[in-house]
Amino acid sequence: MTSSPDEVLPEPVASSWTTATVREVEHVGETFVKVRMEVAGRHDHVPGQHYVVRLRAPDDYTAQRSYSIASDPADPLVELMIECLPRGEVSGFLHDVVEVGDELEVRGPIGRWFVWGGTTPSLCVAGGSGVVPFVSMLRYAQRTGTEPLLRIAASAQTRDRLPYADELEAYGAFIALTRENQPQADGSERVAAHIYPDELVPLSEGIERAYVCGSVGFVSFVGRILGEAGVRSDAVRVEQFGPTG
Amino acid sequence: MAVTRGFTGRPRRGGDDRLPPGQYDTGAGWPTLTAELTPQVDVDTWTMTVDGLVDTPTTWDWRGIHALPGSSYFGDIHCVTTWTKFDTTFTGVSVDALLEITGVKPEATHVFATATTGYTTNLPLADVTGGKAWLVWEFDGKPLTPEHGGPVRLLVPHLYFWKSAKWITRLELRDHDEQGFWERNGYHDRGDPWLEQRYQGDA
Repeated sequence: MTSSPDEVLPEPVASSWTTATVREVEHVGETFVKVRMEVAGRHDHVPGQHYVVRLRAPDDYTAQRSYSIASDPADPLVELMIECLPRGEVSGFLHDVVEVGDELEVRGPIGRWFVWGGTTPSLCVAGGSGVVPFVSMLRYAQRTGTEPLLRIAASAQTRDRLPYADELEAYGAFIALTRENQPQADGSERVAAHIYPDELVPLSEGIERAYVCGSVGFVSFVGRILGEAGVRSDAVRVEQFGPTG
Repeated sequence: MAVTRGFTGRPRRGGDDRLPPGQYDTGAGWPTLTAELTPQVDVDTWTMTVDGLVDTPTTWDWRGIHALPGSSYFGDIHCVTTWTKFDTTFTGVSVDALLEITGVKPEATHVFATATTGYTTNLPLADVTGGKAWLVWEFDGKPLTPEHGGPVRLLVPHLYFWKSAKWITRLELRDHDEQGFWERNGYHDRGDPWLEQRYQGDA
């Protein structure tokens, strides 16, 4: 963890709370909701950063959670993809209640560590909804022609539990499903399984950095594989999430 | 700011003055959040150093730190990701006990904590003295597990928990403040949960 923040990063912005107006709401599969919003006084983000969303009840009680940004910095709207967690106080509200035209308190962009500035050859490995920050990175890579520097691998139980699956596939991302067999282009089938070391090792060749985003168990699992593949632990940047609702 | 249309939130216990603003009770859970892979720290080679603006820079090994007078914390911990965990018990040694051995030079104003991974965090000296901070190796009577910072982490429970550096190996006393890892990356220099000092720019 001795490396400095990415060379192209902007100076940190002392972000303050502002208002976001919801412009699009789309339910994706059974567990995800895509919320696209217009942020007042917005500062450009770097792919990998997140926003905090704060909800306020009539008695001034508040609840806030962080959500990774899925959109490219050039997108006029900020896109979040929120997984609805069981009894999730904020995710449940965003899934069930939010409508186009609603106003939300938001703060961001935040985070200067789990970010990709488009210059470092990198491998991103995502578990489930952990793919969201990498979608921002891939959109940025496509717009700036830096795709050769960004490889993505994603794992999920089923395709329905992997948001942006089509977009990832079109980008050329490696996808592993742990509970569904996957037909391959050559007519064969990948039998449901976690990512195998043999699948990750080729993707890690030549990289200078790895980003891993997923549950605690997933991050630990991928960290071991990357270590066996010869990726130094101080080249691995981690964002992990637990049941924080 | 304005009320969010349609939001009522979780049921709330009236007058619960133990929950800082914007936090929720995580109950029996203890989420882990790190920016790096969890290291396996070997207690046979682990050492703890207190140096910088002290009279006697000192390094302890695992056996040596356990030989110091023990101390426990019983109370709540607060993470900037908005969970609060009530009634935790941590056991180790107070930072006061370490500083009593090293002595503190009068010009020291801040400490800079470093983990085996290179993770760093900065704190005012006043936030780790006077019975407010510990080095801990037990949680609820059991060895602290690696994902929670074991074998030894810093514990500064009155501040957001990123200040309680996991896998600690060094405390350096300084006459100035210098930002650590999360502080450089957008988080607050002090991190008082009761003042909601979450990010740079918060009062």
